[in-house]
Amino acid sequence: MAARTALGRFFGRVVQSDLLWSFRSSRTTMAAGFVVGMIFLASFLAPWIAPQDPYDPASLNLSEAMKPPVFEEYRFWACPFGYELDAGACEAEPKSSWQFPLGTDDQGRDMLSTILYGTRLSLIVGFASIMLAMLLGIALGLLSGYAGGPTDAFLMRVADVQLTFPAILIALTLDGIVRGIVSTQRHEEIALFVIVFSIGLSLWVQFARTVRGSVMVERTKDYVAAARIIGVSSGGIMLRHILPNTLGPVLVIATINLAVAIITEATLSFLGVGLPPTQPSLGTLIRVGNDYLFSGEWWITVMPGIALAVLILGVNLLGDWLRDALNPKLR
Amino acid sequence: MIGFILRRMIQAVVVLLVVSFVSFVLFNYVGDPINAMVGQDTSIADREALREQLGLKDPISTRFVRFVGDAAQGEFGLSYRTTEHVGRMILARLPATLELSFVAAIFALVFGIAMGVYSGLYPRHWFSRLLQAISLVGISLPTFLIGILLILFFAVTLRWLPSFGRGDTVDLGGWTTGFLTLSGLRALILPSITLGLFQLTLIMRLVRSEMLEVMRTDYIKFARARGLSNRAVHFGHALKNTLVPVITVTGLQLGAIIAFAIVTETVFSWPGMGQLFVQSVFFADIPVMSAYLVLIAFLFVLINLIVDLLYYAVDPRLRSVQSAMRVR
Amino acid sequence: MALLEVRDLRVEIPTRRGVLTILDGVSFDIAPGEVLGLVGESGAGKSISGLAIIGLLEPPARIADGTVTLEGRRIDNLPREEMRRIRGARIGTIFQDPLTSLNPLYTIGRQLVETIQTHTTLTTRQAEARAVDLLKQVGIPAAESRLNAYPHEFSGGMRQRVVISLALCAEPVLVIADEPTTALDVSIQAQIIALLKRLCREHRTAVLLITHDMGVIAETADRVAVMYAGRIAEIGPVGTVVNRPKHPYSAGLMGSIPTVERRLDKLPQIKGAMPRPGALPHGCAFAPRCGYARDLCRAERPELMRTGETESACFQYDRRWEKAHA
Repeated sequence: MAARTALGRFFGRVVQSDLLWSFRSSRTTMAAGFVVGMIFLASFLAPWIAPQDPYDPASLNLSEAMKPPVFEEYRFWACPFGYELDAGACEAEPKSSWQFPLGTDDQGRDMLSTILYGTRLSLIVGFASIMLAMLLGIALGLLSGYAGGPTDAFLMRVADVQLTFPAILIALTLDGIVRGIVSTQRHEEIALFVIVFSIGLSLWVQFARTVRGSVMVERTKDYVAAARIIGVSSGGIMLRHILPNTLGPVLVIATINLAVAIITEATLSFLGVGLPPTQPSLGTLIRVGNDYLFSGEWWITVMPGIALAVLILGVNLLGDWLRDALNPKLR
Repeated sequence: MIGFILRRMIQAVVVLLVVSFVSFVLFNYVGDPINAMVGQDTSIADREALREQLGLKDPISTRFVRFVGDAAQGEFGLSYRTTEHVGRMILARLPATLELSFVAAIFALVFGIAMGVYSGLYPRHWFSRLLQAISLVGISLPTFLIGILLILFFAVTLRWLPSFGRGDTVDLGGWTTGFLTLSGLRALILPSITLGLFQLTLIMRLVRSEMLEVMRTDYIKFARARGLSNRAVHFGHALKNTLVPVITVTGLQLGAIIAFAIVTETVFSWPGMGQLFVQSVFFADIPVMSAYLVLIAFLFVLINLIVDLLYYAVDPRLRSVQSAMRVR
Repeated sequence: MALLEVRDLRVEIPTRRGVLTILDGVSFDIAPGEVLGLVGESGAGKSISGLAIIGLLEPPARIADGTVTLEGRRIDNLPREEMRRIRGARIGTIFQDPLTSLNPLYTIGRQLVETIQTHTTLTTRQAEARAVDLLKQVGIPAAESRLNAYPHEFSGGMRQRVVISLALCAEPVLVIADEPTTALDVSIQAQIIALLKRLCREHRTAVLLITHDMGVIAETADRVAVMYAGRIAEIGPVGTVVNRPKHPYSAGLMGSIPTVERRLDKLPQIKGAMPRPGALPHGCAFAPRCGYARDLCRAERPELMRTGETESACFQYDRRWEKAHA
């Protein structure tokens, strides 16, 4: 027992030092890590740092609706200093203001604030669904790999059938089922849980497969037989001996699938079957803003879009780096 | 060989049955079909009579068999939302989705393979690196975002291409096609690029990595050592060996394209099955949902089967059982 | 005049940690029709020598210095297209693993015809006839029908015969055989070696036989070069090098071959290990392991010097040996 925890700590240290070195050696990865870290931090602190609470109706002012972002009206930047970038420009009133640097939407909500809150929700859903998928996948993978026989065969068949369909289709179907069972208002209340549930359930298969593979390899090794002779229960063996060995690949899959989860949630919300406008994620914001694309207020949909794209790109880059760093073949 | 085909067909049937079962459960146990079909005032006695009449009181096994039989004939009852015949609704929208998916797939395949081969043969060239960077962006952007950006750029700002609908279509005895009109073709451009971009990126990355691996093999080294020309080595040997595993993946991607059409059709208001499916999810229109699932499962299974047969035809090692074991 | 002349060949690989020298000034000749064996441990640079000669070094490895001359014409600095014409037509190659040397998706007939047509102007029918003839020469039964067979349908030994036919199909003057029998069953090895020897003698083709198997060399080669750490330690007629080795490393090698004639309780080993390309010692590469090493060995690098019938890179045969201290 003591040996194992010491081993675990040692293992952790080695992996960390190698990981840290490979992290620092790639500028793109560092940049990605920085950006993603900033996004995480900003969205986590949203309630405190957002200039406005976009979901408090009292703080909204319709007269401030539809303001464009500041950089679109660059003609006005030099006016306070007495210069005119365009003839007659400083006579007119700028529509944008620094109070709303990224513009406002149709209700007067500050885009920066909505994006902060939206990112927060997108991230919450992303992480929660991956956690669910991991738990479910690891549990089923351990069970399948250790028990073998008909349990294994059955679970793997289910996995195969599920793998033939893209995650989004499964998530959509699950969402539809819940809508059929539960009434509309109730559905809006529990939308967050439904989404996390749907996405999590659509992503468990890869985790299960990897863990099952590891289990089948480890289960034939001597230390497992030794543990069993001592009298450690099957559950104990699975959890405390086999599981730590499978965590590396699981971590890589988790990072890659985090991006998938975020994209899936955004897509579901965009389609209208995800998070509602009362609790919007970036996807919902994009959908709502889409209606204004043709009338010229492009920022209502593009700003959240850019935020989403940057977030996913960052997560993907980190996932790529993690995969290369933890790949034993490339060492 | 016969054994191989037989095994794959059995697998296909199993998948279909499982999906049908899920659909069946959906159909009958999620929400009450009777409640969706009749008004609020209908008495309980009448509802029971209706239940009896529709055979909803029969044992599960009978109902499932009936369900499968009906499904095989395209009979899924009536939509909860529009009370139209579900089978006919889906069939009417099938050509739109299939045409879109087909064009998107061709786009993804042609450009994906070309770019993948190029960056596999000349990985250090600046253009290859550029392609790599673009591909990373390609898999990071959700499909709907790509669609919106394309609309913003080409439809709103430049006004070159339409942003919704199929344009004018021609009815060829039941199959409405957009290929025969100029507006139909123009309407296809943005949606198919949107739909195909993700797959293009996947294909390009796959082809590139396969190509890199193939170029390192002994038989390529030996081919060069025999003095074969660059063209023979690159396209005769390397390309053929690269494409073999690529076939499987791209074949499966075709299925994914048909499913992802859901998003693209929504962005571009494309009147296809995908848009129908989203609407049915939103309204919990179970008959349409289950019909769509069964149809998609059928298409997937069919595509998988064709891909397997293609693979079999292309790779001679699979034809002798012994070496097939080694390949797999 | 020598068919192939290699002079001071130097192959380097630039890496992040500096430049690694894989071949460090290798020189040897091959006469027309002669079989030169190239032996040494794994990592000594044997295969690299072969690849460097035909210009198939994988970048970033490159020829940093030296010359390779074939039939009086320099080939190490030729433009790519001209080098390609030499490969196959003037120099044939046989690699180690016949399974991975052949493209699994094409019939051997197609691969043969393709190679033949690349180097000759025969029509497809003529090329096919030629292919059948070649297959017969290498001993493939039912050659005509085998043209349409795929590589995986042959056994290991038969595949290597096909590879040999591919290497010889354009009538090269030199064949570089890189470990041609290592991947084969012991019983097949002898057959393949005999076949190679016979064919090359019939066609008057010279052979650079690269292997770590001394038994094969003793049977097949006319001369042998012993490589160590990217350099040649000793080179000379095979009988002399095997029975009366002059270089301490060759002596150690020959001594460690078990034979029926000697009674041994323990197989003698040379203690230590061959240095890696990045860690070559100053002076003679073998000095750290050599029982006879003197300060001269550690200070300077020995060049090949005449020692009777052979040449050895060892200071024992140098004038300054007497004055050198241990």
